[in-house]
Amino acid sequence: MSLSTPLAKARGLGSAKSGTHHWIAQRLTAIALIPLCIWFVFSLVSMTELNYQMAIDWIQSPLSAIFLLLFIIAMFHHAQLGMQVVIEDYIDCKVIKITGLVLLKLVSFFAALAAATAVLKIYLGP
Amino acid sequence: MATDNRPLSPHLQIYKPQLTSVLSIVHRGTGVFLTIGAFFLTCWLLALADGPELFARLQAHLTSWYGQILVYAFVFSLYFHLCNGIRHLFWDVGLGLDIDVVYKTGYTVVAASVIFTLLTLCLAAGGMA
Repeated sequence: MSLSTPLAKARGLGSAKSGTHHWIAQRLTAIALIPLCIWFVFSLVSMTELNYQMAIDWIQSPLSAIFLLLFIIAMFHHAQLGMQVVIEDYIDCKVIKITGLVLLKLVSFFAALAAATAVLKIYLGP
Repeated sequence: MATDNRPLSPHLQIYKPQLTSVLSIVHRGTGVFLTIGAFFLTCWLLALADGPELFARLQAHLTSWYGQILVYAFVFSLYFHLCNGIRHLFWDVGLGLDIDVVYKTGYTVVAASVIFTLLTLCLAAGGMA
């Protein structure tokens, strides 16, 4: 037998009070990604040939390194915010849903950090 | 609890596919696909940081026919998600919500993503922007 009142039962745990933050973060990263995506595609396309030395030279320029780091951070943050909603919407089973969400957050953070580390290693040189 | 047996709604399969609903689901689909692309970018950068041997091996796969199909699937998804995302940002500030405008911008997004993808293909094949 539950001791909670009917009103408390109807209310449940209430709002997590974090929905607005998610919404704003998704839009903010979206706005940041507009110029960053265009810059990223244009940088790759404008190389005469995408070989090892060209790619290294590209990342060793300070502006490219900074833009690439911004691109990685904004992209992974935006991607995991979006994937979170997709998992929450379509996965019914609570166990798979929560496991998926935890894995998504951890793996996204790991991949973003790995990409950023790779950029910094190339930028700082041997 | 009784909440477990509630009927599900809406039943997607009873609706006729329309531009609005199709573009909405494609936006999600490209978003999920681009997340895979983000992980590919991480692998590409790690291979580049590792050295010329590993990078050349990865690049050989990327420049093969199956690699190019994958790369341009990512390029198209990126342009679509970018253009449709801008459409969403306008909706978020309350612009372009009339149904005729929604259809016009919808067709514009599809046309723009196809044109931008073809343009990227030509520029990359030409070797220089």
